Amino acid sequence: MINFLIRRGFVIGTAAFLALGAAGAIAQQAQQPAAAGEAEISIQSFQFVPAILTVKAGTAVTWVNHDEEPHNVVSPNRVFRSKAIDGGEKFTTVFDKPGTYDYLCAVHPHMRGKIIVE
Amino acid sequence: MDTQNPDNHGTSRRGLLKCMAWAGTGMVWTVAGGVPRGLGLGEAFAATAADGFTFVQISDSHIGFNKEANPDTNGTLQAAIERITKLPKQPAMVLHTGDVTHLSKPEEFDTAAQLLKAVKQDIHYVPGEHDVIGDDGKQFFERFAPKLKTGGWYSFDQGGVHFVGMVNVLTFETAKAGGFGAEQLEWLEKDLKGRTDSTPIVVFTHVPMWPIYPQWGWATEDAPQALSYLKRFGSVTVLNGHIHQIVQKVEGNVSYQTAFSTAFPQPKAGEGPAPGPMKVPADKLRSVLGIREIDIVPPKSAAVTDVSLA
Repeated sequence: MINFLIRRGFVIGTAAFLALGAAGAIAQQAQQPAAAGEAEISIQSFQFVPAILTVKAGTAVTWVNHDEEPHNVVSPNRVFRSKAIDGGEKFTTVFDKPGTYDYLCAVHPHMRGKIIVE
Repeated sequence: MDTQNPDNHGTSRRGLLKCMAWAGTGMVWTVAGGVPRGLGLGEAFAATAADGFTFVQISDSHIGFNKEANPDTNGTLQAAIERITKLPKQPAMVLHTGDVTHLSKPEEFDTAAQLLKAVKQDIHYVPGEHDVIGDDGKQFFERFAPKLKTGGWYSFDQGGVHFVGMVNVLTFETAKAGGFGAEQLEWLEKDLKGRTDSTPIVVFTHVPMWPIYPQWGWATEDAPQALSYLKRFGSVTVLNGHIHQIVQKVEGNVSYQTAFSTAFPQPKAGEGPAPGPMKVPADKLRSVLGIREIDIVPPKSAAVTDVSLA
């Protein structure tokens, strides 16, 4: 899935570069993760949306729970772990180190997500 | 299977559901219509088990939850406690099978502890996954089981029954469902060793020990191993909460019983996109909440009676 997304991004970027020359620089940028800053993941209907998020190192990622049910986020090796995030509440953590961070909701362990930090 | 309906007085929609299950000997379901008569029926039933020993299970009080499905979880826990205090045959003790709180917040533990002081009997607790969010149950165990050693599981004997309190909500990060873990299973094997097959066993834990609906986490992954130690006993009753509805299953000598919540109902397995609080009309809410009375009847049967709060 990740490979597929990256490959598609590359193809689009390449096509844009060939067609538009200078504009290609923008297209190239588009396939990079968003600049370090902020990113948001919505929790809705017991799912993380998007389930896979790619960010630059230093990005503050905020999970916003739109369900009535509380959730939390925790990576299996405890790199990060939130308290309960009740409906309407948020949790933010900053990802400084590049890597792939799987995580889940420990209240509803079938809910899974992944953060890729580049 | 035997069915009795001793108290069917009509067709009121506020009918009272009572179900009784005789572990090891089959199951009896009783559905009584008419005006709620839980205590009356309880009285009648208690008489049949006069020589035994009675205890109560409550579950899933979710103190701190205040959304539409039940804006007053304090009130419904209090109603459950009132049911207990008014039981004609006073229970010897009470089990709480977890999700005492909704969000594992200190103030929720405070409120729950305060409300549960109204129960005069000893309460034995096991945690639910809502009690261990973000701290592995540190607050829960400090509050409700301060004398326990690491892990939070324990056993004790009362009324000729061996009770085993097990923790299956600390594995959610590594499993997709509940689990006991190797250390607890080893402990269980040792705990049961040397007990005679005729000892009635009551296991109480939060998540069901049989796979009711693993997709929603309604299962305990390593329960089969626990059962391999339990199945030689002539009467095993497994009491749990988690799914906020009565579901029962009998397998050999093992009777599985999931209990009502005192806070809100949840959908039936697989109905709808996800588990979670289910809204019912306010005047129906208490008919889908309840407590459970368990009569241990000599020599070795456990009779389970679920009584709604309506």
